[in-house]
Amino acid sequence: MSEVMQPSQRPTADSAQAGETLLQIRGLEKHFPLSGDFLEQLRFEGGKLKRRQEFVHAINGVDIDVKRGETLCVVGESGCGKSTVARMVMGLLHPSAGEIRYDGQRIDDLSPRQLLPYRRRMQMIFQNPYASLNPRMSIQQTLEEPLRFHHPDWSRQQILDKIGEVMASVGIDPEWGKRFGHEFSGGQRQRIAIARALAVEPEFIVADEPISALDVSIQAQVLNLLMDAQEAHHLTYLFITHDLAVVEHFGTRVVVMYLGRVCEVAETRSLFDSPRHPYTQALLSAIPRLEDDGPDHIKLSGEVPTPVNLPSGCVFHGRCPHANERCRREIPQLIESQGSQVACHGVEEGRI
Amino acid sequence: MTTASTSSPAPSRWARFRSSYLLYSFKRDWIAQVCFVVFVLLVAAAILAPWLSPMNPYDLAQIDILASELPPFWIDGSDPQYLLGTDAQGRDLLSTILYGARVSLIIGFGAVIMQALLGVTFGLLAGYLGGRVDAFLMRMADIQLSFSTLMVAIIVGAVIKASFGGAIYSEYAVFILVLIIGLAEWPQYARTVRASVLAERSKEYVDAARVMGFRAKRIMFRHILPNTLSPIFVISTVQIANAIISEAALSFLGLGMPETQPSLGSLIKSGFDYLQSGSWWITLIPGAVLVVLVLVINLLGDWLRDVMNPRLYKG
Amino acid sequence: MALLEVSNLDVRFALRQGEVKALRGVSFSLDRGERLGIVGESGAGKSVAAFTILNLIAKPGYIAGGSIRFDGRELTTMKPRQLQQVRGNQISMIFQDPMMTLNPVLTIGEQMIECLKAHRRIRSRDAREIALNKLRQVYIPSPERRLDQYPHELSGGMRQRIIIAIALLLDPDVIVADEPTTALDVTIQAEIMELLLELCEKHNVALILITHDLGVVSQVTQRTLVMYAGRVIEQGPTREIINDAQHPYTQGLINALPQMATPGQRLNQIPGSMPSLANTPPGCAFHPRCSFSVDASGERRRDCREVIPAFVRSGNCDVACHMVRELVEPRPAERDASENGPSEQREAL
Repeated sequence: MSEVMQPSQRPTADSAQAGETLLQIRGLEKHFPLSGDFLEQLRFEGGKLKRRQEFVHAINGVDIDVKRGETLCVVGESGCGKSTVARMVMGLLHPSAGEIRYDGQRIDDLSPRQLLPYRRRMQMIFQNPYASLNPRMSIQQTLEEPLRFHHPDWSRQQILDKIGEVMASVGIDPEWGKRFGHEFSGGQRQRIAIARALAVEPEFIVADEPISALDVSIQAQVLNLLMDAQEAHHLTYLFITHDLAVVEHFGTRVVVMYLGRVCEVAETRSLFDSPRHPYTQALLSAIPRLEDDGPDHIKLSGEVPTPVNLPSGCVFHGRCPHANERCRREIPQLIESQGSQVACHGVEEGRI
Repeated sequence: MTTASTSSPAPSRWARFRSSYLLYSFKRDWIAQVCFVVFVLLVAAAILAPWLSPMNPYDLAQIDILASELPPFWIDGSDPQYLLGTDAQGRDLLSTILYGARVSLIIGFGAVIMQALLGVTFGLLAGYLGGRVDAFLMRMADIQLSFSTLMVAIIVGAVIKASFGGAIYSEYAVFILVLIIGLAEWPQYARTVRASVLAERSKEYVDAARVMGFRAKRIMFRHILPNTLSPIFVISTVQIANAIISEAALSFLGLGMPETQPSLGSLIKSGFDYLQSGSWWITLIPGAVLVVLVLVINLLGDWLRDVMNPRLYKG
Repeated sequence: MALLEVSNLDVRFALRQGEVKALRGVSFSLDRGERLGIVGESGAGKSVAAFTILNLIAKPGYIAGGSIRFDGRELTTMKPRQLQQVRGNQISMIFQDPMMTLNPVLTIGEQMIECLKAHRRIRSRDAREIALNKLRQVYIPSPERRLDQYPHELSGGMRQRIIIAIALLLDPDVIVADEPTTALDVTIQAEIMELLLELCEKHNVALILITHDLGVVSQVTQRTLVMYAGRVIEQGPTREIINDAQHPYTQGLINALPQMATPGQRLNQIPGSMPSLANTPPGCAFHPRCSFSVDASGERRRDCREVIPAFVRSGNCDVACHMVRELVEPRPAERDASENGPSEQREAL
């Protein structure tokens, strides 16, 4: 297996131009079948046997660009498909349609073997630190395995040195290597998970809600760690979260998703100063603020519809206070508007 | 929640075991302790049978046909040489029981190892790969389960006897029984393992391993399998007891071990004809040993299941 | 007189590793119609506090000392049957996970009517009318239809509304809400919180809101209790605690929020993590993580290490911190105090 793992020509972040697109997602779609296997899909309707398939439309045509060196935050409520996007980028799920390009090379249709060089360059940090470490492996084993796998030519000492280095860099005492995951607190486990991702020296990290299972004081520690790592290793982050306060602090640009579509893409500052899409506006106004004088939040009628039967037109029209006939009929496309991209007929027409 | 303290060194394996919940609950459960002691004694006696038993029941030279059907020591007319009396052929009952338990345990463990090898492999493949592989293997399991162990045994036994003759069959009876019971019961393992693989596969550490680029084989055996050991362990105890019972049942019906190489089941069978004539011990004493053996294994299995139940474990 | 008066409450769990002191000397009071927030991270004991108020602590936990007086009656020594009456009629609870309260095999209507009939002599038809009325109060669209639906047919936000309706069913005096919106999305969370606030104000119901989210506390409650490692370390009016926290831990917690830092800069983190309740540091439990517990010479202060801080009044807040005590009550001579041995109790560990 070693012959496929030729050292890939990876440009260092210094030599590469900042702002160049590292990850490009075009027309991404993902449908999960809901109706089981072939026999379960057969229905007896009107005196005839019919095959009926139902799908959960998790992602419905998403375009995202991640630029080298930035932190792109994807926000949205549960069921908007943000984690599904992350998992497809990492090859944990196969897209139903669309393509994902990494550094110019299409990666969504590669075999596991062809994908191997990219595994070192792209890593992932997971939400639940209690589940992301193998309970039967010591910390040492957890960190050692990826290194041995990706660097079969390294000596034992090289591997041990590297493990010590990454453990120290995430603030875990290298003496603790013989311990098991369950002996650590949630924050420490998340540090170990970050160490595992950093061990193979990636340039791009997908972080799927990495702090939402942690306590407030620990969240700050882990966010700081992620920022330090970004600075030290010139990392690019695709950061999935539902916590807008984190986005405001951490993100370079923000993608707002709703029901498997992108509503708005903007620089963090401009998104928080002047949200354009009605959904973004409602989302921002709902953050519980410490100050007393915060503006009243925008009430949305109803709740997120199920992704099984997608609404026609704009997916948000059912809850949008500005929706009109065109919104119910026609799917809005992302259009440039004052430096950000918004998918809304109202904004396009200047109504909002 | 436990948090690693900054100063103390990582505990050794032995220290981990000493502070484990397994040992803790064992110390507090006298039934488990008694069962464990009885089980260990029985196994030790069976293993040491050639050295412990007063005579070798396989050695025809030591058998005294005149001393047949002697009662155990507490009944009048017993011979102190034969502690538990003798059977119809004049073999010392204690010795035959020790040798018989040995055969029963060998078949029990052997069959379970066989079942586990098949069942764990198929269960892992079905659970991890899913889709067609899963459907195919699980339907195989369903078909397998629809034949009873006895039916498989009768067919296989008849085929072997017919093609190789009774002498060969007797010689390899132990292996044949291991094969039969192992083949008949692997779906139990496969189903249990598949269920826990499905649960483990959705956990993030498996995703983390996939993101690292590890191959399916490595993820299955190095990452998922160690995390499904608890249910495998629990089901193994039950399956050992089941295999011993199956073997006894087969032998009792004359489909298992020949009388020259008695297991507990064939001992019970050989004494059954003499039950009416008053020589009850030939059947009942091996029967009691079988019951005790199966009972302690089952009780240990119950205790193990309680201990390893993750919901209780959290505590 | 306060509606609920908790004093010196000690709760322990008898585990195989030994006794774990989940609550230590927790005291607070709640007036009629008041909204109190209990804030803390996981392991601080805030949920244990909630369960104890309802005397729902199950084995291996038990109340080791202290009292809970509700409406003039002592709850800790009350018989189970009386307690049952208090629990349903006067105190009700909202849990984090709505499915914990809702029975998946009964319709919403059946559950609400059953609850009413268990506590009141009432005809089914009247009970249904009351249930409908409560559903309208929580703004559930087409309430008649909802009564005949099963919990799994409703969305998360809708379920939590139903839970609130059930909590209000018997017109309680206090609602204890344990992380009621943690499982919900931001937009839904905002709606539920607004609803809860509105209902408590309208019906003069007192609310104990247990949460880790300082934002939610600041929006909803009047008074706040901050807990750390099983103790209350600071309590006072919510606004004062948010704007001008005295205890170093509370300060740290607020400053650690991303909105308190300049975007792109490092956050103000508190080092270390909450100690496990089985292994709490002696003295002030926060001292190993506290930057103020280090004196000029770089050593940990002795009183922080050894003496459990008593509450001192600072502004309108009660704070358990040696540092704050010094600021509030300047001592005649600093050396004196540490040599005479402080008057507070020493940690009995």
